[in-house]
Amino acid sequence: MYTMQNVIEVKGVFKSFKDVKAVRGVDLVIPEGEFLGLLGPNGAGKTTLVEMIEGIQHPDKGEVLIFGKHWKGNEYELREQLGLSLQETRFFEKLTVYETLRVFASFFDLGKDRVLEVLTLTGLDEKRKAFTVNLSGGQRQRLALGIALLNKPKILLLDEPTTGLDPTARREIWEILKKIKETTSTSMILTTHYMEEAEVLCDRIVVLDHGQILKEGRLTDLLSGTSRNLDELFIELTGRHLHEEYVKV
Amino acid sequence: MKNMLKFNQLWFLTRAMFMELIREPAVLFWGILFPILMSLGLGIAFTQKADTERKVGFIADFTDANEISAYLNSYGEISTDSQDTAYPYKLIIPDNQLGNSIFLFKMLKMPEATLKLKRGEINLILIDHNGKPEYHFDPLNPDAQLSYLKLSRVYGQGGQNPAINEAVVKPLTLTGTRYIDFLVPGLIALGIMMACMWGLSYSIIDKRSKKLLRRMLATPMRRSHFLISLMSVRAIMNLIEAFLLYIFVYFAFDIRISGSLAAAALLFIAGNTAFAGISVLLSSRTSNTEIGNGMINAVVLPMMVMSGIFFSYHNFPDWSIPFIQNLPLTMLADGFRSVFTEGAGIQEVMMPVVILSSIGVVLFGVGLKIFKWH
Repeated sequence: MYTMQNVIEVKGVFKSFKDVKAVRGVDLVIPEGEFLGLLGPNGAGKTTLVEMIEGIQHPDKGEVLIFGKHWKGNEYELREQLGLSLQETRFFEKLTVYETLRVFASFFDLGKDRVLEVLTLTGLDEKRKAFTVNLSGGQRQRLALGIALLNKPKILLLDEPTTGLDPTARREIWEILKKIKETTSTSMILTTHYMEEAEVLCDRIVVLDHGQILKEGRLTDLLSGTSRNLDELFIELTGRHLHEEYVKV
Repeated sequence: MKNMLKFNQLWFLTRAMFMELIREPAVLFWGILFPILMSLGLGIAFTQKADTERKVGFIADFTDANEISAYLNSYGEISTDSQDTAYPYKLIIPDNQLGNSIFLFKMLKMPEATLKLKRGEINLILIDHNGKPEYHFDPLNPDAQLSYLKLSRVYGQGGQNPAINEAVVKPLTLTGTRYIDFLVPGLIALGIMMACMWGLSYSIIDKRSKKLLRRMLATPMRRSHFLISLMSVRAIMNLIEAFLLYIFVYFAFDIRISGSLAAAALLFIAGNTAFAGISVLLSSRTSNTEIGNGMINAVVLPMMVMSGIFFSYHNFPDWSIPFIQNLPLTMLADGFRSVFTEGAGIQEVMMPVVILSSIGVVLFGVGLKIFKWH
């Protein structure tokens, strides 16, 4: 049964693409207000898991519940509660930042006032008249995050939101997310392969590899053994460095 | 109804698509200026009643070549203009009804003449064997045949020059019978096809490859609204493009729609529906713009060549005509031509309207069924 504090419940989920087993028996519960980090190398199954939570992939086995509801039959209602930012999204190239936010705001029946709030929140006030094609990588990611925050989502799904950004741009994104954590009860799932990002932003960390959860817990619990940081923990668990490419076979 | 149609979404999506389109200068050039320039160029080239120039090489390997030179000296002109020295001899065959034919001659050696013939620089080689002329040309080239027929009427006929065209000829230069009258309805049809195929198909594939579709899918946006706005903007732009082209040819070439305006409007809607359906189906799966490019070209190029936009498709073999006539672009171009030049009404265009609309609706449905949003 759905309990008020659990906004996402993933139960025994499996997902394969042809011969590739992307997710193999994952169970996950995320309570209201928790920031969860999904950590793992490329090909660990992070994105597939998030896509199932997001409702654009369906599990082969197991179930995903959002606020205790399945995606089927509740799609539009659940999408009202969700915010999403992808690793790299390019927007309407010949639309300004403001116009882009207005288009996305219209999907949630939101008006100009909320767009102006988001522009301030993401520090894009000065860029409001710039075409999105002319934004830097960091500004584009802030716009993506701004779009994800338009509807004041109860669940925020961020798929590698800072990959490829320089340290300054990455910290700007972190600051926005910290503000969200402080001021709202939004739950967040963040996929990343940056240890520092997971350490700075997340209440709980799930280490994924080969589509399975290797370990999960609070940072202090995970590092209570011999590992001094998450990098060392991953090497201890898998014998591999987190940034080594994992090639699916 | 509230769940079916969200006007706010639809308005902002349509506005976004429209802004994106009009802020792209290339769209304005290819969509509006290019068809006008094309109609201007082809209209002038094929409608003007100018004297025709035909270039002939005569062979100097034979001493008889001097007989040709002598003939040209007697009946033609020798140019002193440095611009014309490439072809120094000029022979004018006057025709007060169909326009003069101007033959430009140059003395060449056989290998050089053959090379020029292959390159299309000349279309006739003339050799004279003791007063018996010999013509070398490609018999499948109608222009070369015409050059031969005109020249052979005067050369070697005992110096009888010029031949007077005594037959009564009534050149068809009335509105509706000129090449430009044939061309413009085809250009409008071609514009609809190209705009839909590139404006819709490519735009969808591009947005998918940039993950914009996937990003929009994660919101409560109605999927139908996205496609409706994209197609509406395309149809509006097509209407503007067709209207501007018509205004131009109206004033430049005195072209009129002799049939029913309602029939033209129905054809326009049906054509947009057909090509929008084809576009959505074509772009329903791939996220690779290069593959998309190839697929779009594979559809549009054969129709551009076969559908009789620039020249009549009746030049193709008889067995292929029924197939060509059933291509969507042919149906649309033929429909527009019947309205523009034959005075067709709604009843006459009903068959192509129904077929084109059905093609569009069916293919749109199939495309939507297999459409990949992410």
